[in-house]
Amino acid sequence: MRNVVTIASKELRSYFVSPIAYVVLTGFLLLGGWFFFNLLARFNFLLQIYGAMQNPEAMARLNLNEFVIAPLLHNLSVVLVILVPVITMRSFAEEKRGGTYELLLTSPLSVTEIVLGKFFGAFLFLLVMIGLTGIYPLLLVVFGNPEVGVMMSGYLGLLLLATAFVSVGLLTSALTENQIIAAVSCLVTLLLLYVISWPADTANAVLGAVLKYISLTEHFGELVKGIIDTKDLVYFASVVVLALFLTQRSVESVRWR
Amino acid sequence: MIEVRQLSKRYGDLTAVRDVTFTAEKGQILGFLGPNGAGKTTTMRIITGYMPASSGTVKVAGFDIFEQSHEVRKRIGYLPENPPLYNDMTVWSYLDFAGRIKGVAKSDLREAIDRVVERCGLGEVRQRLCGHLSKGYRQRVGLAQALINDPAVLVLDEPTIGLDPRQIIGIRGLIRELAGDRTVILSTHILTEVQQLCQKVVIINRGRIVVEGLLQDLTQGQSLEEVFLRYISADVDAGEVDGAPAEA
Repeated sequence: MRNVVTIASKELRSYFVSPIAYVVLTGFLLLGGWFFFNLLARFNFLLQIYGAMQNPEAMARLNLNEFVIAPLLHNLSVVLVILVPVITMRSFAEEKRGGTYELLLTSPLSVTEIVLGKFFGAFLFLLVMIGLTGIYPLLLVVFGNPEVGVMMSGYLGLLLLATAFVSVGLLTSALTENQIIAAVSCLVTLLLLYVISWPADTANAVLGAVLKYISLTEHFGELVKGIIDTKDLVYFASVVVLALFLTQRSVESVRWR
Repeated sequence: MIEVRQLSKRYGDLTAVRDVTFTAEKGQILGFLGPNGAGKTTTMRIITGYMPASSGTVKVAGFDIFEQSHEVRKRIGYLPENPPLYNDMTVWSYLDFAGRIKGVAKSDLREAIDRVVERCGLGEVRQRLCGHLSKGYRQRVGLAQALINDPAVLVLDEPTIGLDPRQIIGIRGLIRELAGDRTVILSTHILTEVQQLCQKVVIINRGRIVVEGLLQDLTQGQSLEEVFLRYISADVDAGEVDGAPAEA
């Protein structure tokens, strides 16, 4: 456990001593702020129009959760698809290229400790990243009255989604010593998991259900709606465990190749 | 202290190391000599547990590298050919990290870092980034990393390569000092280095041990160059015939 903490804190530090952390954080917050501003402006616009039209029914349907927070979270999730590969691409690839892999693998560490350390390092970074966007819903709570429970559920969803992304990123980084290849293959995998449910509605029932189950977005969408279902939690947990297990195997294979 | 027995390593069709057998006693500095590509690095990577052999065994301090890899890794300090430094870390934080992952107790860590910093002459650069260090300092930080957990066995892969003459002398002095009751395996293709530092010599050529013996027994009136060339070229002449390697 001590070793996991040591590696995780080294990882976290290495994000912040290189410009990557700042570029990624700035980009993420900049885009997040832009989304938030525009969603809020649109919300305000609709509010005024329906108000002028004296349409109480439409007014009742307008709420901050559905019109601001849900689309915000969905947009942020798309940005994460692009940014997480950038965060995780170095984790193993750079160690291999820089020769520090030899230090790690000849130290009295288990491969599981190395993988978990890197995982928690990246996870904590994502936690900071997503935590900082918490300012937007916080503003809504201060100046409006969104449903806090639904909001929290949505944020939990975003965090789980990011965690799953991170584990996939670690896996692709462990498979190569080239950071670009790691990032691109992670990006493609994540995008694929994102859009895999597109043919679900036209495919036959069984295939459709399977595709929907595999898709990250479907499970994320449920949480954004405020539905915390065990099946979605189990789904995210299984993606993380499977990806980390494969990462562990891949690192271990250096020893037994 | 180190017992290597019939070690072989194959990468697909290529046999990098074939039936390598040698031993190093406690307190000995063993010079591991051979031309480039002879299999030195492969052998050292197997001894340090970085990768497994295809066949054969290695015992370090009585522990088997395959079955008790963890125990072995606790007792070995390894300096790979390229010092494994994190360029974005300062020397101090790097050594702190190395100490932690090598299981140095928290209470001893500061003392251990101070000890290796002093030993390797890193006082001036302790707050510098590893990425900004000269080649000589990088090598010394790599050595400091290998020493941080006070290992019984040191494995050094070409520690003086690419250094200027003054730095070479410095590193050699350091290795001599460090030896003490440690066992050191030093790979190199610089023969004078072996003459100056080592008690024992193992020469490897094209994946095979061609000679193993004490330096004084091997040289006996000839220079190490002559001995080296004789064994290397004899091996080439013998071609692929599996003659018993000459024992000294």
